[in-house]
Amino acid sequence: MGLFFDQFVNGIGRGVVYAALALALVLIYRTTGLLNFAQGEMALFSTFVTWWLADKADGQGLPIVLAIVISAALAMVAGAIIERVLIRPVMSDKNPLNVVIVTLGMFLAINALAALVFIKPGREALKMPSPFPSGNVSDSVGISSATLWFTLILVAQCVLLWLLFQKTKVGLALRAVASNPESARLVGIDTNRMLMLGWALAAGLGAVAGSLVAGTQTGFDVSLMQQTLVYALAGAALGGFDSPVGAVVGGLIVGVAESLTVQYGHYIGVGGIELIVPFGLILVVLLVKPNGLFGRTIVERV
Amino acid sequence: MSLLELRDVQGGYGPVQVLQGLDLTVEDGEVMVILGANGAGKTTTLRAICGLLGKIGGQVFFDDADITRADTQDIARAGIAHVPQGRGTFGELTVEENLRIGALMRRDGGVAADIDRWFEQFPRLGERRTQAAGSMSGGEQQMLAIARALMSRPRLLLLDEPSLGLAPLITRDLFKRLGEINQADGLAMLVVEQNASLALDIADRGCVLETGSIVAAGPASQLMSDEGVRKAYLGF
Repeated sequence: MGLFFDQFVNGIGRGVVYAALALALVLIYRTTGLLNFAQGEMALFSTFVTWWLADKADGQGLPIVLAIVISAALAMVAGAIIERVLIRPVMSDKNPLNVVIVTLGMFLAINALAALVFIKPGREALKMPSPFPSGNVSDSVGISSATLWFTLILVAQCVLLWLLFQKTKVGLALRAVASNPESARLVGIDTNRMLMLGWALAAGLGAVAGSLVAGTQTGFDVSLMQQTLVYALAGAALGGFDSPVGAVVGGLIVGVAESLTVQYGHYIGVGGIELIVPFGLILVVLLVKPNGLFGRTIVERV
Repeated sequence: MSLLELRDVQGGYGPVQVLQGLDLTVEDGEVMVILGANGAGKTTTLRAICGLLGKIGGQVFFDDADITRADTQDIARAGIAHVPQGRGTFGELTVEENLRIGALMRRDGGVAADIDRWFEQFPRLGERRTQAAGSMSGGEQQMLAIARALMSRPRLLLLDEPSLGLAPLITRDLFKRLGEINQADGLAMLVVEQNASLALDIADRGCVLETGSIVAAGPASQLMSDEGVRKAYLGF
């Protein structure tokens, strides 16, 4: 029982990371209807920026929380610029795959750029300070403070996004653009500005997620977000690509499934099976509920 | 000057030139109907006005301003509301959200009162205010699309085949409502419609479009008694 609980909590700890990135993916999907495969690498680059701002080596480092806030703000600007310069010119109703290809190219390019700028010989892995207290919440509870804080931040992000989408005029405009871009223009909404905003918000969320994840690890390098992105995609698919709550729940489920499989896979003598089990789970869910656990079924009468 | 004026407008889709030098005016407060066979360029005309065709030749004036090269959203903000063919509602959003989107560009405080007004006018929408727009019947979605367009308090309403896919009784009711709105608010309308007799009933003027240019125009009553128009579009 104790072992199961430990692995379950461990899985939540992994899951919040997937959930945080899945949230950014869902945000882009909801505003533009496409998947940004470079989301993880954009977050990676921001993570390096956070590290660079907070690095104490020269004695001039910023407090980590301030570094994350600045990095997230820079990421939002960069996200908006990327939308304007790289995405918008190739957006096309006839070939939606063009943009997907561009995001795949960005995946490679941003990763290479991060390595070029931040990785020096003999300094392959970097140490990110964590804003969270170390150790467990208390001696009697086997939950790390980092996991608890990360979960709280994730909940706060969800609530803020929900308020933005459901309770503000900008949120209504964002949803209108996602639902029907041409009709949105016909009611006077500046769709381009809304798409830039969607990319900016997603990049900001990714920056926070990446910086916090790196802080929980002994060291991080340019591969930090790659596996995370795959699991985040899985979590988003599981929860439903149009649902922020679904992204979070999906991410958590994937994390727990992965963690439990690592533990119990050993008993049946198959290591490495943890890579397969979450995806088996997703396959089953999507066969039963094609829109994901929380995705809205779109009923279209013609 | 007319509320809307098209001068020698040419345009189409890619290499296909649909509009071949179109001249058209809509006066403030009037209902103008465009008749014409399939492929004559009726929908294309409305899309050209709204800036949805990309580059067009000629000139379009609205309220004394040249809007020929303006962006779609700026044309909408200037006061032209377009109800596209196939309705163009926001399917995943609720009925009430659709109406609020229509009023997003307004800065006055009368939005809530207007929502109540259109729910009163179209009670079916009021009953379904929290329902997803895409789940409603074609007739209800058409009502919603029109109500949403009216939420922006436009100066000119463009309607593209509002009767498409609607039962005859619903179509008749719809045109009666449109006529009432025109009378009550003095709202100018440019209507593209296959059902010529219903449309001409509420119209002040009409015109006939053939292969991208106007071949006949005049007061609605005159078109209705014109033998060629009657044979081609009224069926008697």
